[in-house]
Amino acid sequence: MSVIAAAAADFQAPDIDWGALAPVIAVLGAAVLGVILEALLPRRLRNVAQIGLALAALVVSLVLLSVLWAKPPVSVGTVGPAGAVGRLTQGMNLSIMVDRPALFLQASIVVVSLLAVLTMVERSRDADPFTPQGSAVPGSDFENASRQAGLVQTEVLPLLLLAVSGMMVFTAAGDLLTLFVALELLSLPLYILCGLARRRRLLSQEASLKYFLLGSFGSALFLFGAALLYGATATVNLAAMSQVLQSGAPLLVVTGVVLVLAGLLFKVGAVPFHAWTPDVYTGAPTPITGFMAAATKIAAFGALLRVLFYGLAPLQDTWQPVLVIVAVATMVVGSVVAIVQADIKRMLAYSSIAHAGFILTALVAVQEAGISSTLFYVLAYGFTTLGAFAVVALVRERDARNNITGEATHLSQWAGLGRRSPVLAGVFTLFMLAMAGIPLTSGFTAKFAVFSAAVSAGYAWLAVVGVVASAAAVFFYIRVIVLMYFSEPAADATTVVAGRPFTAAAVALGAVATILLGVVPAPVLELARTAATAPFGG
Amino acid sequence: MNLILSGTAGAAAQAGAASGVQSLTWLLVGLPLLGAFVLMVGGRRTDRWGHWLAVLLSWAAFVIGAAVFLSVLGEPASERVSVQHLFSWVPAGAFSAEAALRVDTLSLTFVLLVTFVGSLIHVYSVAYMAADPDRRRFFAYLNLFVAAMLLLVLADNYLLLYVGWEGVGLASYLLIGFWNHNPSYAAAAKKAFVANRVGDIGLALAIASMFLVFGGVDFDTVLGGAQQDGLQYQGWMTFIGLMLLLGACGKSAQVPLQSWLGDAMAGPTPVSALIHAATMVTAGVYLVVRSGAVYQAAPTAALIVVIVGALSLLFGAIVASAKDDMKKVLAGSTMSQVGYMMLAAGLGPVGYAFAIFHLVTHGFFKAGMFLGAGSVMHGMDDVVDLRRFGDLARTMRITWLTFGAGWLSIIGFPFLSGFWSKDAIIEAAFVGEGWRPWVFGSVAMLAAGLTAFYASRMFFMMFHGRKRWDTGAHPHEAPPLMTVPMIVLALGSVFLGGVLTIGGAFVNWLTPVVGEAAEEEPVLSVPVITAITLALVAIGALWAWRQYAASDVPVVQPRGSLATVAARRDLFQDDVNEAVFMRPGQYLTRSLVFADTKGVDGAVGGIAGMVAGTAGWLRKFQTGFVRSYAASMLVGVVVLLGALVVVR
Repeated sequence: MSVIAAAAADFQAPDIDWGALAPVIAVLGAAVLGVILEALLPRRLRNVAQIGLALAALVVSLVLLSVLWAKPPVSVGTVGPAGAVGRLTQGMNLSIMVDRPALFLQASIVVVSLLAVLTMVERSRDADPFTPQGSAVPGSDFENASRQAGLVQTEVLPLLLLAVSGMMVFTAAGDLLTLFVALELLSLPLYILCGLARRRRLLSQEASLKYFLLGSFGSALFLFGAALLYGATATVNLAAMSQVLQSGAPLLVVTGVVLVLAGLLFKVGAVPFHAWTPDVYTGAPTPITGFMAAATKIAAFGALLRVLFYGLAPLQDTWQPVLVIVAVATMVVGSVVAIVQADIKRMLAYSSIAHAGFILTALVAVQEAGISSTLFYVLAYGFTTLGAFAVVALVRERDARNNITGEATHLSQWAGLGRRSPVLAGVFTLFMLAMAGIPLTSGFTAKFAVFSAAVSAGYAWLAVVGVVASAAAVFFYIRVIVLMYFSEPAADATTVVAGRPFTAAAVALGAVATILLGVVPAPVLELARTAATAPFGG
Repeated sequence: MNLILSGTAGAAAQAGAASGVQSLTWLLVGLPLLGAFVLMVGGRRTDRWGHWLAVLLSWAAFVIGAAVFLSVLGEPASERVSVQHLFSWVPAGAFSAEAALRVDTLSLTFVLLVTFVGSLIHVYSVAYMAADPDRRRFFAYLNLFVAAMLLLVLADNYLLLYVGWEGVGLASYLLIGFWNHNPSYAAAAKKAFVANRVGDIGLALAIASMFLVFGGVDFDTVLGGAQQDGLQYQGWMTFIGLMLLLGACGKSAQVPLQSWLGDAMAGPTPVSALIHAATMVTAGVYLVVRSGAVYQAAPTAALIVVIVGALSLLFGAIVASAKDDMKKVLAGSTMSQVGYMMLAAGLGPVGYAFAIFHLVTHGFFKAGMFLGAGSVMHGMDDVVDLRRFGDLARTMRITWLTFGAGWLSIIGFPFLSGFWSKDAIIEAAFVGEGWRPWVFGSVAMLAAGLTAFYASRMFFMMFHGRKRWDTGAHPHEAPPLMTVPMIVLALGSVFLGGVLTIGGAFVNWLTPVVGEAAEEEPVLSVPVITAITLALVAIGALWAWRQYAASDVPVVQPRGSLATVAARRDLFQDDVNEAVFMRPGQYLTRSLVFADTKGVDGAVGGIAGMVAGTAGWLRKFQTGFVRSYAASMLVGVVVLLGALVVVR
């Protein structure tokens, strides 16, 4: 008894500001509640309940975030007794930091997740993007029976919410351990979600397995790096680490930095840690691909910002060359290899790699402009890419009996789409132009911001590489437009499905955001700038 | 990035700001613009009632214009200028431009002319275009034109004026090519577009220079600056003046940018009446008169304006004397009459008021004549060849009378509108010292005789002499929707000039804007000038009577003298343009295309091939095997780490 009593006396209850955590808790709680509902509710009610719960949780979270924005509380909970690391000062052992950059990123994640939810909830005949029974062997009798029974995999939404809450923590983590936990929290549900495609299930399951294996490898690299950093600095806390690292960087630290960066750059999809991206983006159910391309990218860049600009800020000279090399390689490989892709999802995957490279040029600029332009870019790109993948989900093949089957992802099947569905082709054109960075779309504003950040940091040549790469990238975006409008329509097997109100709403919202952020970017730019003026703990 | 529209609509309370009914000025532009928007976006749904909406909005603009006019009339002359600030349009660092409308006596004159004549022509068009399946689109363009023209004349700075300037150009282009399924009509639209583009470059350069010299583009800054420091910047003033003139030449079809106007007659006749006779082509005169202060500081530029006006005056009159296409005669005549205005505008303060006066009376009689021509086309199955008319007076009474009123007015028959305004210009041309009054005065006088000849020739060939119709033609009078506007315009052609001359009413009205002209005597006494002019007019008219009414007119065009052939070919204007501009331009583009395909495309193609090759090589690494992906990650980490260690 006395041992326990002594331990209890030693134990300091962590001091937690629940209000600051409320936006995350709303999502996480809804995810847990969703799992329980899944078990308790009769089958016919589950679908409606899950959709309502997911949308409500995200909206509530967004409201809470906007409340916090006015006066962000920075200190949120402590891990272990203060002073466990000798040289720490008060308030430096935060494990979650709810500051303005975190709030901006969390809000961005929640907003694009709202759109993503809309793309996942189509349940009418042929519309459901998910397999009726994830555990069934592809092509088996069991799968056919499940399909005929009209089963619906409603666990998708709780899984999504789990991933979202992981991402929200990912952007706010104040120490490397919290960062790792968040990384796993966001990754594990995604591994599962990737394997749930309704059609081409083998491809989907292969993608899931590849993502899991490589993701684990990436996590391991990150964890190894974190361990090395802990070994060198005797802390996992970013604030404390930045204090310790003032005094120089031994080889141990440099190795740790590179390994931690490798883990984070893996999530971003930067070269040479990008190899999973095309395969996983192609195999995963298209709404999940859109969600990963949008939300995961926001979260991963948020974490990169925090680790580099805050914890490892004293080692700027060490990691800047790494980032420069990776940025150049990423822009070039993404833009160049995309040119020879014949599959629209694969092309968009390489395009997302190229965009990661463009954003990395802003990270090289260690100053306010670097932060604000990154924040703006990830949000703008999130809307656009989500909308683009949502459109991909609407372009389908037909079989001989005129039933609508899988997505028509081969580029040749998109020929002449502009004549058959002018509205859809027009919207997709908008997304392509935005990704190419044509003025009056969000893509232009975003690219302008990151490149000017790089130039103002003295990396003009990097911006030039970026501009040349985006010029090359314009080729494959415009090629899709040319294909849609100026080619003879492909075989009649391609069709655009109608009557998908949720997906249509997501596409419309993505398009509106793409235009608004291009025509009147000032309000959002101003928010990003506000976040960047008092960054990380400020 | 700074060019972001900001600010709020609504009149800001500033000194000289518009108040009361004058604060409704923005509706003058807004209402027709709304009409154009509704008709264009509404599409076929508005086919049934769209034209009436356009007519209604055009008249509504006239009513507002008239109300503003009355309220301005109630104020003392010195306070007849007000500015309505709408919003801050281009706040860009050192440069800023307001969206502001200027209500003064000059702009109001145009507002009344444009909305009144414009509305009459809207009404006329309802009947004229009744059979056209695209009548709605036609009215959308007409409303667009009215809105742009009003913006042009109401703008308080040159940049906003430029918006209106381009707007009328666009409307003109769309309407000339309204029947663009006919390739030659589409070509005519393109020709007008290109010629105007040349002029617009001049206007753009002028505006840029204004900003460079005065640091602003609003009228107060530029014109006030020109008045104060103009002599100091004489070189700049001359440049700005010449560039403004280039713009004016493009829009007003003056030498050397005159070639498009004749072809512009491809548009529906009401368009020719409104845009290519009464209003748009006079925008150049407006620009010169409005920028008077610049020309006063640049006498050389002003002299060139007079020369351009005089050349166009003769050029147009000569061409009009030889053409057999009824509408092309009127086009030549328009060029010639605008030449009169340009000449007067170049003379300085002594001519400004008369230029605008002639512009107004011309707006009535020329629009009336065009509508009359449209009425004849309506009755004669779209025939425009004067040699196929004759003796129409019997069957088309109203057209005969209204066209006759326009005819008498344009030749300057005593006490009709045209007499008062043209006579004033001829007198003003005789004012001055040295050789100028003699040369310009004589040209103006001679042109009056030529005008009498070609207008009479046209009138007699249409309405008198032997019937030369095609078999099967059944000329008939137009419906009331067409004849009523013609009658109203005819009344204006007869009386307006006289009414506005009483007590110098019109000249006094414009004084706050164009300034007081010093009283100067012409080098010849006024009665002598009037007498000689009338004599020349009588000779011209009688000569035309002898040739085209008393004697027989051949149905097939005779060969004619060398001069006639030259005039029929528009004095070789197209041949000159082709030889001087088009051919060298084609050689230039051809050689550029050659350099582009061989040099630039070769380089681009080479790079593209290289990129594709690289991509093909890179994609080999995308094997699909997890083990090789993991290996690539590991190699990546090692390489990065190695690079860092080496760099350290």
